[in-house]
Amino acid sequence: MEILMIFAVGIIFSVGTYLLLTKSMLRVILGVMLIAHGAHLMFLTLAGLKTGSPPLLGEEASSYADPLPQALILTAIVIGFGMTAFMLVLAYRTYKLHGTDNLDELRGTDDE
Amino acid sequence: MSTLHFVALAPFIAAIFIPAFYFLFRRVHTGWFVLPIPLVLFIYLFTYLPLGGEPMEAVQHSVPWVPSLDIFFTVYLDGLSLLFALLITGIGALVVLYSIYYIANKDGEPLHNFYVYLLMFMGAMLGVVLSDNLIVIYVFWELTSFASSLLIAYWFHKEKSRYGAQKSMLITVSGGFAMLAGFTLLYGMTGTFSLQEIISQAGAISAEPAFLAAMILVLAGAFTKSAQFPFHIWLPDAMEAPTPVSAYLHSATMVKAGIYLVARFTPVFGGEPQWFWIITSFGLFTLLWGSVSAVRQKDLKGILAFSTVSQLGLIMSLLGAGSAAVHFDVVEGESMATVAVMAAMLHLINHATFKGSLFMVVGIVDHETGTRDIRRLGGLMTIMPITFSISLIGIAAMAGLPPFNGFLSKEMFFEGMLHAAQFDVFNAQTFGWLFPIIAWTASVFTFLYCMIMLFRTFTGEHDPSKLEKEAHEAPIGMLISPIILAGLVILFGLFPNMLAYTIIEPSMQAVLPDLLGAGEQFYVNIYHWHGFNTALFMTLGVVFFGALLFVNMRRFEASAFYLGERDPLNWFYDSGMTGLISGAQSVDAVQMTGKLRHYFMFMMVFFSVTMSYILLSTNALVIDWANAGELSPYLVLVVAAMLVATVAIPFVSSRISAVVLIGVVGFIIALLFVVLRAPDLALTQLLVETVMVVLLLLVFYHLPEIRKENFKPAFKIGNFVVSIAVGAVVTITGLAVHAFRYDNAINPISDYFVENAYELAGGKNMVNVILVDFRGLDTLLEVLVLGIVAIAAVVLVKFKAKDGEDV
Repeated sequence: MEILMIFAVGIIFSVGTYLLLTKSMLRVILGVMLIAHGAHLMFLTLAGLKTGSPPLLGEEASSYADPLPQALILTAIVIGFGMTAFMLVLAYRTYKLHGTDNLDELRGTDDE
Repeated sequence: MSTLHFVALAPFIAAIFIPAFYFLFRRVHTGWFVLPIPLVLFIYLFTYLPLGGEPMEAVQHSVPWVPSLDIFFTVYLDGLSLLFALLITGIGALVVLYSIYYIANKDGEPLHNFYVYLLMFMGAMLGVVLSDNLIVIYVFWELTSFASSLLIAYWFHKEKSRYGAQKSMLITVSGGFAMLAGFTLLYGMTGTFSLQEIISQAGAISAEPAFLAAMILVLAGAFTKSAQFPFHIWLPDAMEAPTPVSAYLHSATMVKAGIYLVARFTPVFGGEPQWFWIITSFGLFTLLWGSVSAVRQKDLKGILAFSTVSQLGLIMSLLGAGSAAVHFDVVEGESMATVAVMAAMLHLINHATFKGSLFMVVGIVDHETGTRDIRRLGGLMTIMPITFSISLIGIAAMAGLPPFNGFLSKEMFFEGMLHAAQFDVFNAQTFGWLFPIIAWTASVFTFLYCMIMLFRTFTGEHDPSKLEKEAHEAPIGMLISPIILAGLVILFGLFPNMLAYTIIEPSMQAVLPDLLGAGEQFYVNIYHWHGFNTALFMTLGVVFFGALLFVNMRRFEASAFYLGERDPLNWFYDSGMTGLISGAQSVDAVQMTGKLRHYFMFMMVFFSVTMSYILLSTNALVIDWANAGELSPYLVLVVAAMLVATVAIPFVSSRISAVVLIGVVGFIIALLFVVLRAPDLALTQLLVETVMVVLLLLVFYHLPEIRKENFKPAFKIGNFVVSIAVGAVVTITGLAVHAFRYDNAINPISDYFVENAYELAGGKNMVNVILVDFRGLDTLLEVLVLGIVAIAAVVLVKFKAKDGEDV
């Protein structure tokens, strides 16, 4: 199971990187989102996907899924969400000001 | 703090008050306030001279500066330091006196700047020669470079002054850095920054592997400062400085800092063949190069600059030849090498006296006629008789004519080189025969430029139409300093032995400390008349051939060699500088494109390459099937659906489809969280993904009309390869981490949470207990992140730029 997941994460990273390298600003944001997804999945996978109960003590099971990575991923999801939301607003504002989505056209002065 | 500490620090302290004097007493020339400082220091240092004839005892006082780093401000005064300190303060006093008359106290002349820089330089120079700690020497050393650059660019509105200052700064500071590296190596070998302690370990460190590197690095510092070939090119350009500065820094003191360093380090490095060969050959080549170049100059200061280069080479070569003395056994051949050290010390004094006076004389000529160009000058002998007399003395001493002091040191120089040619160490027999020949040839050219300088300036026709001012004799105040120096030239020439036991013997003792047993001292006796020996015939030959060349100057006056003034080595410096700038610019143009995707590309490529290297070099390419959980068909299906949605994103051409696809990926991941028994994650992911898709759609909806054709990127093979590489590296890293974890039986710490979630925290949902109880700080800061994002989003949307100004 872990092997499959790791390969899947690799593919998500590939696609995410490919989107990062394009000119369109929205595609770059989509790439960042994909890479964040990949990272979360990788986290969960590397903690081990052994069978066990959800980490709720009420279940009274013999073994539980590891709760720590879940807590960490939860934090990461929220922070990733915050960053993406900010990037989207930023992109929105950039459109409004410059009227373009093309990163190549969004350059400073020639002296920079 | 001893008095000797204050000797080095006094000029700095005085420099603080000089601007106040300048602004308070505008009618008095600021130089008068400065003059007492070097004078008092000179008189104080004079009392250290062993006038009674007994050998000089070194004085040492230490004050901690940074004791934890072994840095102590230790002053150490022995013969060599005293010789230099007397030169610095003595000539310093004369130069200050001269500058009072040279730089007029008129409105707008920033005299306070001049004297602050000059005092800073004087203090730094005294610090270099009086310090024993290598780091302290380095600090003062860089201060001299700094002050020298400030003084060269004193008339900073002139383009050439700034060029000269920058050039001297770059060359001497890079040499200084090399020297610092050498000092650090020495510290590594000996464990101390104290020069005297290093000298006491001199025998032991010569076998160290870094010994040669340290030697070369220290020499790089000495050679750049002392304008040795090929680093001499800054000195002629430093002639843009006011003449008192040229006289002080670029003839008598700063350029001798390198000589001082070489002499100081002779007990450490001397006796090694590399030291002998590097210093002797560079010195001799500099001597020849400088003297030949000086002949080509048309500017009097240019002649003196190259003459300084050449004389510094002479002193340097003598120190190189003299270092062989350390190698010899006490009796055999010792006197042959020590005569070279003696000649070096003597010529050091002589050069400071006559070169100082010559610079001042040139300044006078410049001041009273308005030009320094020898093609416009002539016939000043009768108009400026005193200046002429001083020049005659200085030039005769420089050319090495009796009865002036230059004759003595030149004779000894020839003798030293003749001896060096006969050394039976360091394979000196193979190329040693070149030493006297180069020395003699260079002396012929020295004689030639001396004659050019004297006769082109003071004899021939006087043509007032070529001059900017009407020529007349200088005021007496300006003449005092050169007269004193010229007097010293004669005095030392006629009575050389008054220098012998007072200063030359103690300084030789400092350069060659190991040659003496306890209570012994060198005995120096300098005579004019050695009998008919080889050196005398060499001098006669110099005079004869030099005069012959001067008489026949017409033959080469029109040649390109004579007409071209600039040193050919400047081409390397100038094109090196422009090359550095254009090189940096072209690297910048390739690297800093201003395009985000290029920067992403660099980061990704760097990440992939370094990670691949690490993975390959640690043999991390493993797949650990054994510890992988079983494959459920349901999960495989979910993952496959997620991958299909993911891979489709780059291929869709409409934005809406891309947003929908990313939403699909997010919801499938939520589904995966459900399957992988993470209920809280699934809930959050569902929520977040929903909000995100709404946000994306909002942004898309509000967009102005944008060319949609830009959205789907053209397929780029480079991007594709890099993305595949990144994915592969991530996959391999994941696999390696997976395998590593089970190979090394690393157990998670989660058992603690499972056991204690209810016991300690009273909660049954372990994830939530971790988030708010065990690791609550993470959550607090995460909330902060969301808060900041919310504020930032509001600011971005609400606040409008004024007048279309970019945000």
